[in-house]
Amino acid sequence: MVPVLEAAVISYINNIYRMFSSITEGMAVTASYLFRRPATIQYPNKLETPLEEQLPDGYRGILQVDTRFCIGCRICESTCPINCITIAVEKDAQTGERFLTAFNIDISKCMYCGLCSENCSTSAIYHTKLFNAVTQDVEDLFIRFVDHPVVLYKLPRESDSKDIPKDFYGAIVKQRMKGQAHE
Amino acid sequence: MKNYADQLFRFLFQAPVETSSYALIWYGLFIFLVAGALLFFAANFAGITSFVERRIAARIQSRIGPNVVGPQGILQWVADGIKLLLKEDLIPDRADRFLFRTAPYFVFSGLFTAFVALPFGFGIVAADLNIGIYYIFAVTSLVVVGIIMGGWSSNSKWAMFGALRSAAQIISYEIPTALSLIPVILLTGSLSTQDIIKSQGGMPWNWNIFHSPFTLACFIIFFISALAEGNRIPFDLPEAESELVSGYNTEYSGFRFLVFPMAEWANLWVIGAMVSLTYLGGWQIPFVSIETLSGSPWLILLSVAVFAGKTSLVVFFIIQIRWTLPRVRVDQMTLVCWTYLAPVCLASIIGTMIWMLVFPWESMAGFVIRVIMSGIGAGAVIFYIMRIRYNYLSGKAAYEKMKGIPLWYPFWRLP
Repeated sequence: MVPVLEAAVISYINNIYRMFSSITEGMAVTASYLFRRPATIQYPNKLETPLEEQLPDGYRGILQVDTRFCIGCRICESTCPINCITIAVEKDAQTGERFLTAFNIDISKCMYCGLCSENCSTSAIYHTKLFNAVTQDVEDLFIRFVDHPVVLYKLPRESDSKDIPKDFYGAIVKQRMKGQAHE
Repeated sequence: MKNYADQLFRFLFQAPVETSSYALIWYGLFIFLVAGALLFFAANFAGITSFVERRIAARIQSRIGPNVVGPQGILQWVADGIKLLLKEDLIPDRADRFLFRTAPYFVFSGLFTAFVALPFGFGIVAADLNIGIYYIFAVTSLVVVGIIMGGWSSNSKWAMFGALRSAAQIISYEIPTALSLIPVILLTGSLSTQDIIKSQGGMPWNWNIFHSPFTLACFIIFFISALAEGNRIPFDLPEAESELVSGYNTEYSGFRFLVFPMAEWANLWVIGAMVSLTYLGGWQIPFVSIETLSGSPWLILLSVAVFAGKTSLVVFFIIQIRWTLPRVRVDQMTLVCWTYLAPVCLASIIGTMIWMLVFPWESMAGFVIRVIMSGIGAGAVIFYIMRIRYNYLSGKAAYEKMKGIPLWYPFWRLP
């Protein structure tokens, strides 16, 4: 009987010791968080810099098209799983020059998958860091990037698509999306 | 408070109150004044604590917390209170309407009447009852009657479960709470809250907690069982919001609901004050004897500040425990009570009796033991602070490498 009793007493005291040591350690962990910086930011009231600048690279926000660099291949239109991109290309009968006459993206349908921007050979279409697609009217999210026909871009042989500048803060989209919060 | 009433009457009307024919009216007025002051204090303390608790919880979870209403969100609790006051007072179909409506009064009065015997400073106590501690235990048990009434009368299974758990909890934890204060009563020879504080001293080695290992054990037991009495995590089984929707107050809405959380937060002050007055020296100021204290109004104000500071520390500790520990199961709760708290408590009572005979309070040996005990206590506090520092530093390098901004952001630096 004595070894059983001894084991019971040892486990009883061991339980008390484990309770104290584990609670002290847990309290020390939570107390240390009182001295650490909070992980959250105070959107949208108190921001040191605009939130678009704090987002990481590769963020998939609202799509933007720089029509100066579009070669009219229509790959983005065909890869789009939900057909939110519509492109129209016309050919001048006399000169043989091809023009981009329409490049429309319905942002309200876009699911931000990134297939169009991955396949674009000149990075004419890419995701900006804008995320605030909030409007009074859903029609405002239907963005027309072409006002009057644009001559299609020809990629110079020696250059690389990496040289083409990208505006991640979406100046063109901000201008084209009317009547919404980015103004 | 009676001597204050007498002094104020003599100051205002230049006549002793005993001979005046308005004595009864004056005392009645003064009772209402003191009750109003206590109610004002309890309600505001509960509200501000709700805000402070949310901020502390937010920082523990790497958030910021409510900071919109008023400067730094300090008026959040007023907004919450107004919102709840404006809500409809719903009573469920087939509920016991009378009991359902009366339950919040029981909770509120059971909690609020405890404030009558609680001291706030030297001589500042609404009624210095000679059975003070016994009275506080008796009236705080009324809270459970209200909880069981509310849970049973709601005609809801969640509320019913909460009420049943509350009954189990009160049966378990009333016993160690009362037993763990018997060493203090033995050391003091009185049940009055003022006498208990007067028998202690300002410095830690004059506190009851460091009298012997037994009183230290009883202090911890009293703290644990006071948490259970106040339905705080890790013992918030009646209100387990992840298991029972909101426990006993599931069916309540509007002002009747407001009474329950308000009572819970006001109860924090009762727990903190009880802990600090019985074991942590109460309002005793270091190096100031009671004779000099009673002469100076500034020292009395300082004693109020000391008492409020000690109580706030205990309240902060309780809040931090809430956001650290998980909830215990019902069987674990009763197991802890009956196999650990109650036996250790009974052993400690006998141990304290023997200790008082072997090492009397005034003797040299008793003093040396108390100093050694307070050294052990200080060592525990230093160990805790070193563990906090270790945990902080362990996450520092990785964070600063990843984010490029310093991790140091103490809680007194407001966002």
